[in-house]
Amino acid sequence: MFEQILVQTVNGLVNGMVLALVASGLTLIFGIMDVVNFAHGDLVMLGAFTGAVTVAQTGNFWLGLLVASLVIAAFGALLQIVTLRPLIGRDSLTTIIATFGISLVLQKYALWQFGPTAQNIPQPIPGRFELFYLQYPWYRLGAAVMAGAIIGALYLFLKYGKYGIWIRATTQDRIMAGAMGIPVPWVHTGVFAIGAAMAAASGVLFAPLAAVTQTMGAEFTLRAFSVVVVGGMGNLGGSILAALFISLLEAYASLVVSPSQAVIVSFVVLILTLLFRPTGLFVPTPIVPTAK
Amino acid sequence: MLTLADVHTHYAKSHILHGISLEVEPGEVIGLLGRNGVGKSTTLKSIMGLVRPSQGRITFEGRDITGMASHKVAHLGIAYVPEDRRIFRLLTVMENLRTGLDRGGLTEARRKDLLDKVYESFPVLGERKNQLGGTLSGGEQQMLAIARAMMLEPKIILLDEPTEGLMPRMVSQIRDIIERLHREGVAILLVEQNVGLTLSATSRCYIMEKGLMRHHASSAALRADPSVIHQYLGV
Repeated sequence: MFEQILVQTVNGLVNGMVLALVASGLTLIFGIMDVVNFAHGDLVMLGAFTGAVTVAQTGNFWLGLLVASLVIAAFGALLQIVTLRPLIGRDSLTTIIATFGISLVLQKYALWQFGPTAQNIPQPIPGRFELFYLQYPWYRLGAAVMAGAIIGALYLFLKYGKYGIWIRATTQDRIMAGAMGIPVPWVHTGVFAIGAAMAAASGVLFAPLAAVTQTMGAEFTLRAFSVVVVGGMGNLGGSILAALFISLLEAYASLVVSPSQAVIVSFVVLILTLLFRPTGLFVPTPIVPTAK
Repeated sequence: MLTLADVHTHYAKSHILHGISLEVEPGEVIGLLGRNGVGKSTTLKSIMGLVRPSQGRITFEGRDITGMASHKVAHLGIAYVPEDRRIFRLLTVMENLRTGLDRGGLTEARRKDLLDKVYESFPVLGERKNQLGGTLSGGEQQMLAIARAMMLEPKIILLDEPTEGLMPRMVSQIRDIIERLHREGVAILLVEQNVGLTLSATSRCYIMEKGLMRHHASSAALRADPSVIHQYLGV
């Protein structure tokens, strides 16, 4: 039993890191432009397909990861300029409908472009190691480390980079950021591109662990959305903790029930959070509402 | 340098500015007086591109900036210190300053000059440069707001009620910095409730009432004849 718990802890952390990578992009986008991107999972899916095609052509996984991130970043920037930029500042319902529409279009596009059959990316790191009673693939750990490295890079960029400070300033007060000469519309576009690139990277990292299909995005959107709400909308650190928390809970739950039933855990956590602490589990309680 | 001609501005359905005209020449310190709610702040916001005038024209150095996006207005050399300061609360003092410093065409030496100047004028900001903006006192936040605007090396600063709610010692520090900016040739459009400070710091004043420009005179004349101030401001 003890060994099973340890194995599930490793599983939970691995899944949690990939989920955290998806959720970081989603929460970053929400934080800065109040847009809940319901097409976020479909960017994961498009990234996975782009990666699969690149890997099939070149045989190089890391090149696939890079190409998918860059292509989807550019695509995300274009998507933001064409569909979301004109809607910024309007009722959030309009952006929800817009991103939901984008999601449907992207799924049908993928069906048309890549066909209904699932694609695969072979695991780039071969071999397994012994984890108690299991032969555990090295790649699963590799994917978690890569996801962690990308999140770490994002953190450093936000903390120290010139554009990182622009992003944080715009997130806090978009009007004052503009008055300080920060080109707010382009910061929005840039953040959407970064979020899209992170989604694409998650898709490629996740692809060797499961099949790439045009419907895989919906699950990612839903799971990442739960994570972002539980972590506190727009709160990056909270999202990462929430992703690990929910994934660990799911992993432990699957010791008792079947893995497909264990998914219910994340929605239970979501509902409880909304009921009892709607500002998020992993954020400090807001004490005084600050005047803006 | 900065000209407003018959500017009308609405917020949703309410008509705030009913045709405002004013002019600021390079290096001038100009006051904008009036009771609460007459549209002084809206005038500054209209210049800054934060609200879009429905009618009229705003020009800066001969260029039409009416309704221009605020980041472009800032790039032309207009800086804005809002009434509520709007410090980036979760950014450190240094990061707040960097929002104005991190722009193209600024050499490392020039950056250092600008920071040194600000730390000299406001030593407290130097001491607290790694502290979050939201943890500063009201007076310190006001200084940070002005310092942040100075990072843009503006030709004109729109200063909205900088002494509101400050202790007398802080008020005199604000007055010093206005004089210093004036000596350096920066123009200032000052909105204030503190009539004494405004009349002594400015060369001319406009007086607004209910969205209209009602009076325009040299500050010396207004000091000599308080009846106008009394009529429009009740003090």
